[in-house]
Amino acid sequence: MKTSIALAGILLAGSSLASAQAINGAGASFPYPIYGKWFEEFRQKNPSVEINYQSKGSGAGIAQLTAGTVDFGASDMPMKDEQIAALKVKALHFPTVLGGVVPTFNLPGINDLKFSSEAMAGIFLGKITKWNDPRIAKANPGVKLPATDVIVVHRADGSGTTFVFTDYLSKISPEWKSGPGANTSIKWPTGVGQQGNEGVAGMVKNTPGAIGYVELIYVLKNNMGYGSVENAAGVYLRANLDTVTAAAAGAAKDMPADFRVSITNAPGKNSYPIASFTWLLIPTQIPDAQKRAALVNFLKWMLVDGQKDCAALGYAPLPRQVVAQEQKQIAMIH
Amino acid sequence: MPVTATASAPFRRGSTVKGDEIAHLVTLAFGASVLLVTVLLIWNLWGASAASRSKFGFGFLWGTNWDPNANDFGAFPFVYGTVMTSVMALVISVPLGVGAAIFLAELAPAGLSSACTFLVELLAAVPSVIYGMLAIFTVVPLMREYIEPALKGAFGYLPQFQGPMLGIGYLTAAVVLAIMTFPYIIAISREALLEVPRDQREAALALGATRWETTFKVVVPYARLGILGSIFLGLARALGETMAITMVIGNDSTLHASWFAPGYTIAAVLANDFAEATGKVYQSALVELGLVLFLVTIVINALARLLVLATTRKGSAKAA
Repeated sequence: MKTSIALAGILLAGSSLASAQAINGAGASFPYPIYGKWFEEFRQKNPSVEINYQSKGSGAGIAQLTAGTVDFGASDMPMKDEQIAALKVKALHFPTVLGGVVPTFNLPGINDLKFSSEAMAGIFLGKITKWNDPRIAKANPGVKLPATDVIVVHRADGSGTTFVFTDYLSKISPEWKSGPGANTSIKWPTGVGQQGNEGVAGMVKNTPGAIGYVELIYVLKNNMGYGSVENAAGVYLRANLDTVTAAAAGAAKDMPADFRVSITNAPGKNSYPIASFTWLLIPTQIPDAQKRAALVNFLKWMLVDGQKDCAALGYAPLPRQVVAQEQKQIAMIH
Repeated sequence: MPVTATASAPFRRGSTVKGDEIAHLVTLAFGASVLLVTVLLIWNLWGASAASRSKFGFGFLWGTNWDPNANDFGAFPFVYGTVMTSVMALVISVPLGVGAAIFLAELAPAGLSSACTFLVELLAAVPSVIYGMLAIFTVVPLMREYIEPALKGAFGYLPQFQGPMLGIGYLTAAVVLAIMTFPYIIAISREALLEVPRDQREAALALGATRWETTFKVVVPYARLGILGSIFLGLARALGETMAITMVIGNDSTLHASWFAPGYTIAAVLANDFAEATGKVYQSALVELGLVLFLVTIVINALARLLVLATTRKGSAKAA
């Protein structure tokens, strides 16, 4: 499917726009739907620019950027210091949109649950093994919790979603931080692994007593139920586009100059705690003037007009302060 | 016709010799490509796994920890899962497959036999992701709701049948592998049984053997090599199966004694981790796992050859 679309794209470009400037990127799959829409809209406005994007995963995006086989990369996790050190040409992080990760569970007859930080850490560490554990019950007075086994379902494939979720767990639980830690794939203390959001969601749906984590955009598209999570201010919040954007705004005050920031467990009453930016990784030096101009124009357009596409596709838009800060960073591309 | 044949005979002989030479060289090149691919494969895996080999040495083989965050990698949980599920699968599929092959070759009416054979060949060609779907939607709930509780009820005192019943894990993976391998075993075993000469059967029957005795004491031993071959082919498919297994095995690198618990196989972890593997050691550890899978396949194939050799000797000794 993907290949045929790409082929169609190449054929189209070949026939009608022989002189089109081709810019190639690769990376995260989470923002692929909106990137695809953006690149297409941008091409319609600027027929001379053709941006191709391979959605292969954040790790592959960083690897290809490092190898110099693409013009830009994309990632759901900020680059680590040693990854930056391996780059021949320094790269800039441009946050594009926001995503949230939500807990989804299957308890017959129970549609909504509140998860405290203590309960979340306990469940995924394998310390809470029964649903009627007092650490879960405390936040849910009046809900009749069954005495059944808690079955944890996590992602089996390396994924930015896992990074965001484990980054959140590392912040709320010192034991998680010193144990499994945060990464795109980790050594899970308990549970079963499934491939992709659809694998995790499917297993949870079919297994009474199961709990897993999936992307907000996935539950919104599929009308699934999910739980509320306790945030840094002690408020229980359901994830939606507003609470996710609020998390970014809460973190924006201390935004580092290079945008390599984690916004999980962000301060603020309205901040949903399991949220993250996703980034475009743009080299600071682009020798080809045409390519440079095209990428700069795209970034400018994406930060203003492009953001309007977010809500319809289920992504949370960037807060205003972050947009302003990114617009300044564009000047660093030479 | 015969006249022209004799007339052109000397000329043809000359061209045949030339043709022989060309055919010899061409087929030699094709044959050499087998060796070339094998050498390339090992050379590639060996080179790309250097970082992991120098860091973990032989300890990689029996290391039980697989922690990408700590950069600590061990292959044992995956080797265990791979060998375990494949062997369990064969324990299920060999009696089933060989039994079905005997029925189709010896006992079934011709019409039924050819219809079944067509279906078996169809099953052998079904892509594995389709079996994965069958597994997710049918085998997993069946295992969770009926088979695992029944096993727990009967053998719950054994550690292999304890723990939560998820419907996902070693046992389910083995059942799915059994379903996937038995078409191969039937198809090839049936061919082997059909190739047993009619004289052999008639001789046994003439000596007063019943149909049953003829089948088990004459036909099956005669077709033994072919049947063993079918089992090895099934085993090869089981060892390398990826998609269907990663959907049902639970993808957990912790070792569990229980057969109900989630596990992992080498092929499954390669498929899941490779795209997002960041860091030199992590990537080369995955490549080394590929090397280990290669090794496991070679060891099992060698064992299989020894088994064939042993049974052949025994057979011929008995015959003598």
